[in-house]
Amino acid sequence: MAEYSFLSLLRNALSGNEDWKPAWRKPDPRPSYDVIVIGGGGHGLSTAYYLAKEHGITNVAVLEKGYLGSGNVGRNTTIVRSNYLLPDNIRFYEHSMKLWENLSHDLNYNVMFSQRGVLNLAHTPAQMDEHARRGNAMRHEGGDAVLLGREEVARMVPGLDMSASARFPVLGGLLQPRAGTARHDAVAWGYARGADRRGVDILENCEVTGFLREGERVVGVTTTRGEIRAKKVAVAVAGSTGRVMKLAGIDNLPIESHVLQAFVSESLKPLINQVVTFGGGHLYVSQSDKGGLVFGGDLDGYNTYAQRGNLPLVEEVMSELLAMFPNLARVRLLRSWGGVMDMSMDGSPIITPGPLPGMFLNCGWCYGGFKATPASGWCFAHTIARGEAHPLNAAFTLDRFARGILIDEKGQGATPKWH
Amino acid sequence: MLIACPYCGPRDLSEFTYQGDANRTRPNPMSNDQSAWNAYVYERVNTAGDHREFWQHSGGCRAHLVVIRSTLTHEIKSVAFARETAK
Repeated sequence: MAEYSFLSLLRNALSGNEDWKPAWRKPDPRPSYDVIVIGGGGHGLSTAYYLAKEHGITNVAVLEKGYLGSGNVGRNTTIVRSNYLLPDNIRFYEHSMKLWENLSHDLNYNVMFSQRGVLNLAHTPAQMDEHARRGNAMRHEGGDAVLLGREEVARMVPGLDMSASARFPVLGGLLQPRAGTARHDAVAWGYARGADRRGVDILENCEVTGFLREGERVVGVTTTRGEIRAKKVAVAVAGSTGRVMKLAGIDNLPIESHVLQAFVSESLKPLINQVVTFGGGHLYVSQSDKGGLVFGGDLDGYNTYAQRGNLPLVEEVMSELLAMFPNLARVRLLRSWGGVMDMSMDGSPIITPGPLPGMFLNCGWCYGGFKATPASGWCFAHTIARGEAHPLNAAFTLDRFARGILIDEKGQGATPKWH
Repeated sequence: MLIACPYCGPRDLSEFTYQGDANRTRPNPMSNDQSAWNAYVYERVNTAGDHREFWQHSGGCRAHLVVIRSTLTHEIKSVAFARETAK
């Protein structure tokens, strides 16, 4: 019987809720494992889960320097979508979307995946053309997309400023109906429990301080909780990629770390039923089940590892939100925070064996890592288990920059702050 | 974040435009050394600590600057005109 079910709820309610097991154990590190996954965020945990579930590799440790969910998996704006333009990206994110659609069932853990739709607004005829092209590309690869006119957008989002005198009058939008949001903490906890129950050791407060090498080959790591050896070492540390890879002697990567800020307002009655994005700038907003508006905008735009940003960007984000929803002018902000993004040089991720023997690398998620969590782990697990990429991540190599086969979704070149 | 422009004095971050990592060396434009161009265009040291970077005082005197700033704390260690220090 599933660990979490109506019957188990009832039974535990009657016994005073004292028999629940912790969702994951707190084991001590063993001297060696088949696979070490560095990084206990969404991608690291899902990698461990799919290693155990899809490939039967259960002698695995996930190393997390802080506590579970303390990094980007708990810092994003919870948006899940697959509205990409380039075939390599659409296929990968569409696979992710399909995993999302069955994730709560698969994990026996409610990740509160809500397919409320993501609506990208268009404010110029050129943007409408671009949205039509993108929508067609998505549908061509088997995804879903609906191009909406002005009247349909007005009906769907009643709070939106649809007046002709708006700074950027809305002409229409592109809706992905299957997209939406998920509860990000539950994603981390659900994958952690799923991996733990299959035998994976999740080691919190275990920071990697160096790599053990035999010649070129990576054979383990040194950590704040001692030395751990492994046949394969996988790195999935997002914003900390630069720092961790330097420990392995890899000084240069096509990655810059930047800060992205996110914001939550006080709770309101239901106002925004979708995820709505602004086309006159860069802003995305949705309303959580608690009623708070969850939103964010662009990067601050300078290299940083600090998990906080500066005020000019806060002002910009607020002004963009008010350009869309002037009725929110007197709503108060509850919290804001920052997360460190591993911005790649073409805006697309890297999931690959290498760059050293015995090592596997997963990084370059820019600010789109959350929606990729299931497929990233799924593909990374395949790559680790088989020693070579799955067709879904075959294009996400580290050497694509030197070879000139970039996956530059926005066509903006090697300027990470623009991706 | 305040950046002390050598010409204008301390000014707010919003007056400045970030121009990226200043640790890279642009190869000779006539060079066809692929790995040197790859390193210049795509590879980054991505320093966690004191980072040498270009800024432009685009909302002020428009001077190009080389700033050394901690990427861990945002503390600014030094500011100089790019024409004096950049190669």
